[in-house]
Amino acid sequence: MSARHKLGGYRKMSELLKKEREIVIPGEILAQGMDFLPGENTYRENDNIYAKALGLVYVSGRVIKITSLSGPYVPMVGDRIIGKVIDITMTGWRIDTGTAYSGLLNVKDATTRFIKKGEDLSKIIAIGDYVIVMITQVTSQRLIDLAMREPGLKKITGGRIMKINSHKVPRIIGKQASMVNLLREKTGCEITVGQNGLVWVRGTPEGELKAEGAIKRIEERSHESGLTESMDAFLGGK
Amino acid sequence: MIVNQNTIKDLASKQMRIDGRALTEYRKPILVETNISWTAEGSARVQVGETVVMAGVKLSLEKPYNDTPDEGGIMINAELTPLSSAEYESGPPGIKAIELSRVTDRGIREAKAIDMKKLCVEPGEKAWFVIIDIVTINDAGNLFDVAGLATLAALKSARFPVVDTETGAIDYKKKTDQPLPLTKEPLPVTVYKINGNLVIDPTVEEEQVYEARLTVATDDKGTISAMQKGGTESLSIDEISMMIDLAQEKATFLRGELDKQLQ
Repeated sequence: MSARHKLGGYRKMSELLKKEREIVIPGEILAQGMDFLPGENTYRENDNIYAKALGLVYVSGRVIKITSLSGPYVPMVGDRIIGKVIDITMTGWRIDTGTAYSGLLNVKDATTRFIKKGEDLSKIIAIGDYVIVMITQVTSQRLIDLAMREPGLKKITGGRIMKINSHKVPRIIGKQASMVNLLREKTGCEITVGQNGLVWVRGTPEGELKAEGAIKRIEERSHESGLTESMDAFLGGK
Repeated sequence: MIVNQNTIKDLASKQMRIDGRALTEYRKPILVETNISWTAEGSARVQVGETVVMAGVKLSLEKPYNDTPDEGGIMINAELTPLSSAEYESGPPGIKAIELSRVTDRGIREAKAIDMKKLCVEPGEKAWFVIIDIVTINDAGNLFDVAGLATLAALKSARFPVVDTETGAIDYKKKTDQPLPLTKEPLPVTVYKINGNLVIDPTVEEEQVYEARLTVATDDKGTISAMQKGGTESLSIDEISMMIDLAQEKATFLRGELDKQLQ
C-alpha cells in the first residue's frame, strides 16, 4: 500500500465556482470537489454540484443552495394562502390554491358557527369568492387540506387582489414583516400576503393604488439589497 | 376576480378607476411603429398600455366582383392568438375575433376610406384587393380601439408592389412609392358603460363588468361611418349622444398621437 492510500486517498482541491448571490441557470456547475454539499435546488453528479433551478446562489458553511427566482408555488403546511372557491361539495368547499392541485376546506374547519344538516353552503361562501386560508395538511399525493378558523383567516370582501410571483413573497413581507408593516403604515391599507402569490389590499382608493404600485416595485427590484430603506424613500411623506 | 370587479363598480360611481386613471383617459404609452414586416405591403405595431396589436396589409390583383366590375375590394381578418391571452385558443375564429374584424372592417368600408374605383386596373378583369390581417400580441383590454389604430397605421404605410408591365406578374420584393388611395382616416373609439358611467380604454378586468358598450368610428372631419353596440344592457338616447361626443373627442386625440408618431 502506498502512502497515499494511508492518508485516505488522493483528493482534488475543492473549489467554489460561483459567488454568493450570483444568478445561475439549471445545469450550471456551482462547485467542484467533495468538500461542498448540495442543498436546496442543487444536485451532485460525480465531483460536481449542479444547479437545478434558476436563482441566486447562497453558501452557508459547506452547503450550497439556490433560492429560486421563478417556477410554481409549492404548497407547504402552515402557509397562509389566498384561494378562490371553485366548487361546493357535500362537506365543504373546493379551493383553487394557485398550484396544480386544489385544496379542500371542510365545513368544520371553516367556521365556529353551528351549521345545520342540509344548509345551503353557498350562503356562507359562494363560488367565486376569495378566502384567506391556512394549509393544514399536504399528502404525498398533493391533496391539500385547508382551515379558516384562526384570527386573520376569513372570506375577503372589498378592496383588490393582485397577483405576484410567489417567489417574491418573502421580499414583500420582509425581515420580521418589516416591509409589509412599512406598506401598511405608509398607505393606511389592510394588506394580506398569501404565500401563493396573491396579495389582498383594502383601504382608501388612493392608498390601495399606492400600495399596489409599491408591491409591483418590490417585485421588480426584489434582488436589490437595502430594499426596505429605498421603499421607505419611495413611499415618502404621508 | 369578483373582489376586483366589485371594487371597479364601486369606484366608477365615484368617478374613479382601479388603476388611478380618469374615466376617459387612455393608458400610456401609446406607441405606433410602422413597416415592421418586409413581406407585407404595409404593416404596423400599436401598443396602448400593455395591449399590443399588429396589423399587416397585403395587396393582390384579383377579378372584381360581378356587381362592382370597376372596383377593388377590402378584406379584414382578425386573429386572437393564444399567446395574447389565456382565454384564446387556436383554431377557427370565435365570436370575439369575428366581431373585432367586422367592426374594424365596417369602420373603413362604410367611411369609403379607400377609393375603390382607383384600385381598379382593368374593369371586369383586374383590380387591387386590400387584405388586412390583425394579429393580437397581448390582450390587456380594449382590442377594438387598438386594432383600429393599427389598421389605419398599416393602411397609411402601405405601398404598391412593382408590377411587370408585360407579363402582369407582381414582384412583391420591390415596392413602388405609391400609397393606397386613402380619402379618409376613420378611427374607432369604444365607449363602455360601467355602473352608469362612461369609460374609455378599459382593462381586461373592466371589460368583465361593463353593462354596455358602443364603438363609434369617425373620420378626420368627425363624420360617423359605423357603430357597433355590445353588452347586455340598454342605452338611452342621451347616453348614446354623450358616447358619440366622447368618441369623436377621443378619435381626435388618437389621430393626433398617430400623426405625431408617423412623421
